[in-house]
Parts: sequence; structure tokens; C-alpha cells
Amino acid sequence: MTSRIILSKDTAVFFSEKERDVSMSSLYQVLSPAGELVGDLKGQLDEATMIKMYENMVLVRQFDRKSINLQRQGRMGTYAPFEGQEASQVGSAMAMTPGDWLFPTYRDHAAAIVHGQSMARVFLYWMGHMEGSISPKHLHIMPPCVPIATQMVHAVGTAWASKLQNEKHVSIAYFGDGASSEGDFHEALNFAGVFQTPTIFFCQNNGFAISVPFSQQSASKTIAQRSAAYDIPGVRIDGNDIFAVWLTMKEAMQRALDGKGPTLIEAVTFRYGAHTTADDPKKYRDQESLSEEWRQERDPLQRLRVYLENQGLWNETKEVELIARVNEQIDAALVEAESYPKSKPEDMFKHVYAEPSWMATEQESELVKPSKQEGIPA
Amino acid sequence: MKRKLTMIQAITEAMDQKLADDSRMMLLGEDIGVNGGVFRATEDLIHKYGPERVVDTPLAEAGIIGAAIGLAMNGKIPVVEIQFLAFIYPGFEQIVSHAARMRYRTRGQYHVPMVIRTPYGAGIRGPELHSESVETFFAHVPGLKVVAPSTPFDAKGLLIAAMEDPDPVIFLEPTKLYRAFKQEVPEEMYRVPIGKAKVVQEGSDVSIFAWGAMLRVAEDAAKQIERENGLSCEVIDLRTLYPLDRDTIIASVKKTGRAVVVHEAHKTAGLGAEIISIINDEALIYMKAPVKRITGYDVPVPQFSIEDDYLPTAERVKDGIMETATF
Repeated sequence: MTSRIILSKDTAVFFSEKERDVSMSSLYQVLSPAGELVGDLKGQLDEATMIKMYENMVLVRQFDRKSINLQRQGRMGTYAPFEGQEASQVGSAMAMTPGDWLFPTYRDHAAAIVHGQSMARVFLYWMGHMEGSISPKHLHIMPPCVPIATQMVHAVGTAWASKLQNEKHVSIAYFGDGASSEGDFHEALNFAGVFQTPTIFFCQNNGFAISVPFSQQSASKTIAQRSAAYDIPGVRIDGNDIFAVWLTMKEAMQRALDGKGPTLIEAVTFRYGAHTTADDPKKYRDQESLSEEWRQERDPLQRLRVYLENQGLWNETKEVELIARVNEQIDAALVEAESYPKSKPEDMFKHVYAEPSWMATEQESELVKPSKQEGIPA
Repeated sequence: MKRKLTMIQAITEAMDQKLADDSRMMLLGEDIGVNGGVFRATEDLIHKYGPERVVDTPLAEAGIIGAAIGLAMNGKIPVVEIQFLAFIYPGFEQIVSHAARMRYRTRGQYHVPMVIRTPYGAGIRGPELHSESVETFFAHVPGLKVVAPSTPFDAKGLLIAAMEDPDPVIFLEPTKLYRAFKQEVPEEMYRVPIGKAKVVQEGSDVSIFAWGAMLRVAEDAAKQIERENGLSCEVIDLRTLYPLDRDTIIASVKKTGRAVVVHEAHKTAGLGAEIISIINDEALIYMKAPVKRITGYDVPVPQFSIEDDYLPTAERVKDGIMETATF
């Protein structure tokens, strides 16, 4: 197979045999783990955006840690943490614009928050509230998708409608490496290719589908190379390099809006923690050393902080101020969520249909009426 | 103007008129464009409305239904054709986990106005897995509506109602009746309400409940038994299988005190059981005999050389009627 240059010239390529090297050095990278610029910013990334990137990543990392604590305290249900994947989620979401459609999985609330979902709403979701999946009115943030890969075809449909209606918006489907084994992954990429929909398939390959490593998930070395089968562009990037993520997303979005169809992005990253708070990663991987290795050598926040400090854009005082500020925001969101009116039992009967069925209406009245057992002596 | 149409013609006309009426309408499916569908339900519509609105899709049911969900959420009204009911299973997850739940999960912010049309049922000498009647899978899922017409008139009116419904509708078309007979069908658009059964024939001794292709079998049995035994049967076409029209079911059995349910689906956990349960809840003391079910057997629908032995016949229905009448 001949090599194809995908997206821009300094983007990593992967199609030819010799380029199927899956070491980290083959990834498209702009900001090295040491915080040095190793790629072209293309004149698109200004200092204010870079600072915002850092602030957002700190915000969502604090949010994630807070959520784990809340789950441990019994104030939230099972929670899916994302620490380690901040650059992928924040960078991609920051590239989006308000009319775009965001299809997150259960691990993508960092992307949802950065795109405009309120943190209080995300807390409500993990608290099992009936209203935890409502999008802000001016945005299209879909409910976190729980079945794997199924949301990918929805993102084809919404993008298809945008195209037919001449709306300049893209649809972005988030998914993980495990999703690449599902049939819906194939059907989504195939449909998007056939109908040239403005869909961006954003894969966070964190190496593990709960416990199964990617090497056992797939004989293909990368997920990005699958794009060749659909004749759509695919690119493999350093998912912990927020500059690479943002620039790749911007380019994919431009292609989509120019009528050039879908793009598959594979952002290579790592979740430091468990699949969910109900999972123990020590069971299936050398958790301590792997997690430590990624934290020490490839952390997405650390490298941007070093870069910003070297540019004179960041310092310890700002860091302390930022941590205090985001913690205050998170605490305020928690207060809002915990004081939000609780879901009432009768809420389960609402919004099944535009008009409720007679069955549900009757069952609702059974639910709220007093028990027949009242008045019966014990 | 009144003309006589077959069911397939009535279905085509319903889609044709809605495509003309509402620019949001789209048809999606395998071979529905140039080929006009394997049963020709979409014949010529691609030429009239173009390939952007009458779309030949890749052969992938989850892809078709999943993409249609996205289209519906973003302003379109997709009508999906699945070639045969037993081919819907790859898209089952999209139907039950997403189409049926989107309104619920977003508290009404997004909804999925879409119709999934599919031929169903046996009796056409089809190959394996072309003859299933698994409506009960869908009639178990809150968030879906399930419709099965038995006449050209109802097929057009129910399909238009389904295309105008704000929620997903599974539209089951009895394959055997596609071209079985013609009926007067108004040329203009009209709606047959979803959720309403129809008393096809009034009677006083036994109520017979049926839908789809079994309606004809029930009517045949009722006519024969009246002639042969002087029993007066009330024949009811349920038309909508979810939600069931409880009021019509109850009003009929309160009058007759006897009932037979006829369906070609397997007996166990078939909708007949649900109808008996409704009667049990609302009219038990009116009943003079246990309700009889005449159904397909609890076996896979067999190869076509013996499919007629699987399907309920007028003879079997008559036996059921006599059993309840002489209890």
C-alpha cells in the first residue's frame, strides 16, 4: 500500500506497512511531554486559548477527583473517571462551536463541561437524577451513551440532517478503543463515508476496554488505519498533547464544513484510574507502574504548564489562584446539584411519549395512591 | 374520488402524499430507491423526490435505524423500510435502547419522530426467516408504538398517522395481504388513529380478536360458524398492538362473555396473553368461559412447505369458538 498523507503534512501517517509503527514517536505531536514545541502551531493557537486550555484541564481534573470522593462518601452513584484523558476531551471540545452536536460516552463529561454543560448537571447525572441528561438549550449535548458505539450512528444521522438542511455544523461522536470492535463502529464509518456526512469520529484510545488491552481487542495495530477501509481520512495523534488535539479537530471540522466529509481521529491516551468506581484495575494490569509511568512521562497538564511557564504565561501564584477558583466553582456546582429538587417517583412516568399511555397513567395513580394495607391491624 | 387499491398501493400512496406534503420526510432502506423496494412499496418515489429523500442505504440495519434516529433528532422525519421483520434484529438495540428512550432521557428535549415499516408474517412461501411475527418484542418496550393494519384503507390511514406521530412507530405490514385484495381507498390524505381498535363485525355470542393477516381468518371463521351453528361473533381488528385499545376489548367481552384471540405469533408471551390479562383485570365476572387462544405454535416458523400447518386456520378458530361457546 502506498503511503498517504492525511490532513496536513506534519500530521502523522499510518497507512503503509513501515508506518504502522505504533510507538509514541509515530504520533502526530505538537507539544512534547517535556513541554517543548515540536510541531507547527499554524498561527492558529493564541496565548489566551492556550491559557484557557490549561485552566479547563485543571478544572475538569479537580472535578473528576471531587466526583470520586463524592462517590466514596455515598453522595453519588458509580462514577466513570477520566483523569489522564483531559487533553483529548478538553482540546476537542474547545475546537467545537455552539451549534455542533456532541455525542459523549459515560466517560466524556469533561468534553461536555467544556462545551457548556453545567457541572451541576453532570453531578445530577451521576447522582441518578432524572434530569441529569438535559442539554443547555442553545447547545446539542446528547445524553452520555452507555451502550458501546451505538451513538456513532446517531452522529452520522444528525450530521446528515445538518448537511441536507445546509447548516454549518458538525457532529462529533466520542468513543473508546473497545468501541472499534462493535458493528456500529463499522456501520457508522461506512455510512459517513457513503453519504459524506460532516461527522468527526473522535476515539480516545486509552489502551484498555475495561480490562482487555487493545492488543487483544484488535489485530490491527491502530484504530486510525481502519479509516482506509472506508476511504475517509484517519489520523493518529498524541491524545495527551492538547495542541495536537485542538489543531487536528479544527482541521477535521474545516474539512467537514467544506463538504469534504467525515474524519476518524485516534487520540492515544491513558486513564490513570479505574474504569469506574466499581472497578479495580489492579486485577488486569500493573496499575501502579503503568499509571505512574504515564503520569510522570506523558501527563497532559504538566506539559502544557511547563510550556506556559517557559513562555512567561504561567507561574506558581497563578496556579494557586486557579486551583482555589476551580474548587470554588466545583463546590458551588455541588451545592446547586444537592439542593436541586429531588426526582419524584412520578417523574418516571413523564416523557415516555408526547402523550402518556393509558397504562402508564393508571400505574402512576397506583403508585401515588395510599396502600390497601393501611388500616389492616398488624 | 374512490378507487380500489391493494394494501401495497395504499402504503405507497401514503408515503407519496406525505413526501409531497412535508419537506422533512425522508425514506431510507435497502433497495428502496431504484428498485422500489423488494415488495415495490416505494416504486418510483426516488424519481419523484430524488435520491436525497428516497435513499438507497448500505445493507446495515443498525446503521439505517441509528442514522434515522440522528436524522429525526435533527429535524427530519425518517421512514425506514426493513426488508423483513426477522432482519430487524441487528437494529434492535438502536430501537429499544435509543429510539424508544431519547425523549425520556432528555426529558422531552429531543424526540424521535420516525416510522419503521416492515413486512411481517407467514403464508407467502418465503424462505427461512421471511415469515416471522414477533410483534411482542416491540410491544414490550415503553416508548414505542406498534401498529399492524389488515386492510388497504387502514394501512393508508394508519401510516399517515404514524408519519405524523411525534414518537417512534413500528409499522408491521402483513406480507400476505399486500396484494391479496383491493378496497376502496379515498384519494385524499386521512388518518386512522393509533390506539383504536375497530369492530369489523358486530355480534353477541363470542368476541374474536385478531390483527394483520389473521383478521381475514377470523372473519372467515365467524361467517362459517354463523352459517353452520347460528353463533353470532363480534370480530375486532386491534389495528394497534401497543398501546392496546382496552375500552373496545372490554366493551365487547362484557357484551358476549366469551372470547377467542387469534394471532400467528407464538403462543407463549404472545399478545393474546396480554389481552386475556386485560379481560381478567376488567371483565372477569362477565366471562362465561375461559378465553381461548388460537395461535402459531411455540416452534420456529417452519419451512414453507408446512407453514400453512403452523398458521391458525378458520377451522382451528371455529374449534376455539365452539370450545368457548360450549364450555
